[in-house]
Amino acid sequence: MSKTVAGLLYSESHEWVSVDGNIATVGITDFAQHALGNLSYVDMPEVGDEVSKGEEFGAVESVKAASDLYSPVSGRVIETNTELEDAPERLNVDPYANWIIKVEMSDPSELDDLMDEAAYIAFCEKE
Amino acid sequence: MEENLLKTCLYDRHIALGAQMSPFAGYDMPIRYTSIIDEHNAVRNSAGMFDVSHMGEIFVSGPDAEKYVSHVFCNDITDMPSGKVLYGMLLNPRGGVVDDLLVYRDSVPDSYLLVVNAANIGKDFNWLTDHAEGFDVSVRNESGMWGQIALQGPRAEEILSDVLHLDAASSLAFYTWREMQWNGKRLIVSRTGYTGEDGFEFYSSADEIRDIWDTLARAGVVPCGLGCRDTLRFEAGLPLYGHELSDDITPLEAGLGIFVKMDKPEFIGRDALIAQKAAGLTRKLVGIELDDKAVARAGYPVEADGEQVGTVTTGYRSITLDRSICFAMLSKRYADLGTRVGVHIRKKVFPGTVCRKRFYVPHYKK
Repeated sequence: MSKTVAGLLYSESHEWVSVDGNIATVGITDFAQHALGNLSYVDMPEVGDEVSKGEEFGAVESVKAASDLYSPVSGRVIETNTELEDAPERLNVDPYANWIIKVEMSDPSELDDLMDEAAYIAFCEKE
Repeated sequence: MEENLLKTCLYDRHIALGAQMSPFAGYDMPIRYTSIIDEHNAVRNSAGMFDVSHMGEIFVSGPDAEKYVSHVFCNDITDMPSGKVLYGMLLNPRGGVVDDLLVYRDSVPDSYLLVVNAANIGKDFNWLTDHAEGFDVSVRNESGMWGQIALQGPRAEEILSDVLHLDAASSLAFYTWREMQWNGKRLIVSRTGYTGEDGFEFYSSADEIRDIWDTLARAGVVPCGLGCRDTLRFEAGLPLYGHELSDDITPLEAGLGIFVKMDKPEFIGRDALIAQKAAGLTRKLVGIELDDKAVARAGYPVEADGEQVGTVTTGYRSITLDRSICFAMLSKRYADLGTRVGVHIRKKVFPGTVCRKRFYVPHYKK
């Protein structure tokens, strides 16, 4: 059983979102890190890049393979977690304490399409 | 889910251990039990055990066995003593690799065991029977009857003696084997492996293999999946069929010329390789070390001077060396050591330098 955190929103592609005003902080869930296994590299966008809901914005590399990251919201990247450049394994240790990007949302109503914790737990059980 | 996947004789053990399973060569195989990094480090620093029962066992025997194996196998088995193991390839007439394999000279005269890649068992068996015409030999595919465990790592010899009590095998030199008994059944032990470490491989029937696995497990030997088998062999510069070798890649291009004995009077593929050597290679398998830690994966293009000059065949962020490294088949012009190239990873080109393929110097027991 993978861990979830109350108060976060979740995407079907296993990203989590924490919302503060119009800023969305995005990471990957415990389900995702467990399925991927040891992470060896995080490919992040540049600050200032535009991201679109449902579109790929980067990738996480496990030992075996690369998996695309999909943005749960649209907007502009205002910060990336540069600590992950040298320590991608932090995502394995605590995926909720280690975010990947922060996005200034252009359309916060997109958050309505994401799942809350209970809905995400139910979703993972079917995966 | 994949239908009709084959199961090895150790399948129940993998499930009980909670392994992440994945289809490989038609088998449902364990990729990792815990983490690829932990399993990889167990083999480099201590010891680990692998279920490699998916590998194929093809036996060749008969009065013409030596002449026949010599015809289909590019390494030289002439005067091969009983107890010796040789690595080499089956080649097609174009010099491409049908498969890479180990040949065990059996203790029985005129008899050989060919250990082949699981993905190629059917192809190899057909190839071998098709080319047996005119030779007085019998070629038998016994793959389904044999299980196999690889015990690998610096502590392998100690475990072989202390846990399995196979002391007589601890004196084996690298790439030799002997026949022993386990619970009164036939057991083949060879000092071979695919990790760049010292180690042994055990071949026996299903019950005996299960018993050996359980004995090793009770002694705390770390079960290791195919995930780290690949990272280990890659670091040690060992090729994987389907990546560094194929029907369209010759051993010369793959840098495995030392396993091709051109001075043998005859073997399938010899003429093509002589011609390729005379004309000069147009491409070559190399190592590339990237400046950054982005990971080059199989199939990614390699670029230089604004054009594609090759393709990545295997790549990882090396667990032992913590560097991003890969094998790539490169146009000969760019294959010299020290040449700067770029690997196209997703949307960016990451610069790197051509280097030797053997990233990690193997610790074999001579």
